[in-house]
Amino acid sequence: MQTFLKVTAAAALLATGACASQPKPVEEAKPAEVVVPQQPEVKPPVVESSIQAGSLEDFRVNVGERVYFGLDQSSLDSDDQDILKRQAAWLSSYPTVRVLIAGNADERGTREYNLALGEQRANAVKEYLVSLGVSASRIDTVSYGKERPVVAGSDEQSWALNRNGWTQIVSGATS
Amino acid sequence: MTQRTINSIRHFLAVALIALGLAAPASAQLRVRVDEGNFQPTPIAIPDFQVTGANGDLARQIVEVVRADLASTGLFDLQNPASFIQRDLTINAEPRFADWKIIKTEGLVVGTFEDLPDGKVAVSFRLWDIYGGELMRINGEPGRRLTTTPENWRRIAHKISDSIYQRLTGEDPYFDTRIVYIAETGPKTARVKRLAIMDSDGANQEYLTSGRSTVLTPRFSPSAQEITYMSYEGGKPRVYLFNIETGRQELLGNFPGMTFAPRFSRDGQSVLLSQAQRGNTDIYIMNLRTRESDRLTDHPSIDTSPSMSPDGKSIVFNSDRGGSPQLYIMNADGSQRACPSGGRDTACRITFGKGRYSTPVWSPRGDLIAFTKQEGGKFYIGVIGTDGKGERLLTEAYLDEGPDWSPNGRVIVYFREARPGASPQLWSVDLSGRNERRMTTQTDASDPAWSPLLQ
Repeated sequence: MQTFLKVTAAAALLATGACASQPKPVEEAKPAEVVVPQQPEVKPPVVESSIQAGSLEDFRVNVGERVYFGLDQSSLDSDDQDILKRQAAWLSSYPTVRVLIAGNADERGTREYNLALGEQRANAVKEYLVSLGVSASRIDTVSYGKERPVVAGSDEQSWALNRNGWTQIVSGATS
Repeated sequence: MTQRTINSIRHFLAVALIALGLAAPASAQLRVRVDEGNFQPTPIAIPDFQVTGANGDLARQIVEVVRADLASTGLFDLQNPASFIQRDLTINAEPRFADWKIIKTEGLVVGTFEDLPDGKVAVSFRLWDIYGGELMRINGEPGRRLTTTPENWRRIAHKISDSIYQRLTGEDPYFDTRIVYIAETGPKTARVKRLAIMDSDGANQEYLTSGRSTVLTPRFSPSAQEITYMSYEGGKPRVYLFNIETGRQELLGNFPGMTFAPRFSRDGQSVLLSQAQRGNTDIYIMNLRTRESDRLTDHPSIDTSPSMSPDGKSIVFNSDRGGSPQLYIMNADGSQRACPSGGRDTACRITFGKGRYSTPVWSPRGDLIAFTKQEGGKFYIGVIGTDGKGERLLTEAYLDEGPDWSPNGRVIVYFREARPGASPQLWSVDLSGRNERRMTTQTDASDPAWSPLLQ
């Protein structure tokens, strides 16, 4: 179930064919055609040469800012871990950067339980980054429960996208 | 409750409902039974009040609010004034019972409205049992007289409704109350959520916060003067206290982690809440006088949504320690208790049905717990005995969430998203599962909480 939903989420974000075989929605890492227009950060392919190293855009496009969770899960699978390894490496290259990790849940749960679940997810991301050597003092976490959906839809694909841990740079990036 | 049962209840709702007490002999006093399966609303008549002074409009408005309150219960059939035969009613004389029997009235309210020399207004009323042929005394008195300032007229109306409802049903009153909720505006991905308050019938809607910070899950103190809720003020989700009179907001406690899911203890001296720290949510109780908090659960799973029993001895809460969200009861002092399913434990699971259970709220009467249940792509509002027996589902929708009780434990308010993508609205349902009604709010609305009876 978890795998299926993750694949569904990936399919929602990625172009057909080769990309659809990817198990995770790593949309920021590759040029991809967008099929979920509501998601603001999924923009048409960006030419890499125009991205300044150490910038917010660099992090978003070349590293990936979100990991996605299975239904009711806050565990990180190997795809999540790959994204977080890239985040940790990037953060070690730019040691003044501070991040806020937001934990989010889909709308198919009740408000208070989802706040707890979101906190569990944000913390899972934080702990993994810390285990890779990122200082805990550079990381804040917040749970938005089901209050901040990335996409507005009420279907499996939208729910899968809305179950995420979102690493947001709050300061220290080059502009 | 099966899908079919729920549907058949829905069909009844169009008709308005409930039993009467009065198919009985004339010697039995009029009594409206709220639990009978014979869905026949009791016909009652509330003619316009006799007016002394120049404030006839106010008198008519008061009567309209009383009629609307009583009709909203589904228990009464408010008769059309055009059908009334007797037009010369006075408060001090017996009505002509025969005239009212012709139109099958069972209960008759006769009232007067006066402008007083000091600028206040006074309303008096009496309640007649037509088939019993007698006056129904209210608290031992032949009638009731209420005095207030004219701008307070809606509260007079609700108090009249409360008296009539209480006298006819034997249930405690609940109309003279308020409901606090979250007013929602804006797109789903950038929702603005404000604290809002209204009378129990939806009048006097007012916003209490600006919407600058997202606020969630408000709940009343037992005095109805304070609200506790969660706010993202300053970006950090924390539990706050809000004083309705002063509008002052105060951070509750000095917890290092996120605090949420607050609810007052029954004596109003403490607030139960959840704190999440390092990925783990547990339940705490904070004493409002000493500002000291005690940790009530210590478990690696999520423990949240605590609600205290009316006697203050037990707490029902939501935990996923069994693998999915379910309801548990613990002693308020953390000691071991005898579990209904056998054995002793510090937390006894009470839900074992299929599905996920959350948002438990202990009934003011003490015998039931209302909850949200999620199963098979639907959400339900239901109730279950504190021993885990007698689960009944009262409502069903794409999303039905967050029940709270009227102070008499008779009506449950909750919010609903009727279909995928539909916006949230407030609804209420009778404990019997009948009389599902939408409550009108100025904006989309969620997280309703009912106040105690106002003083």
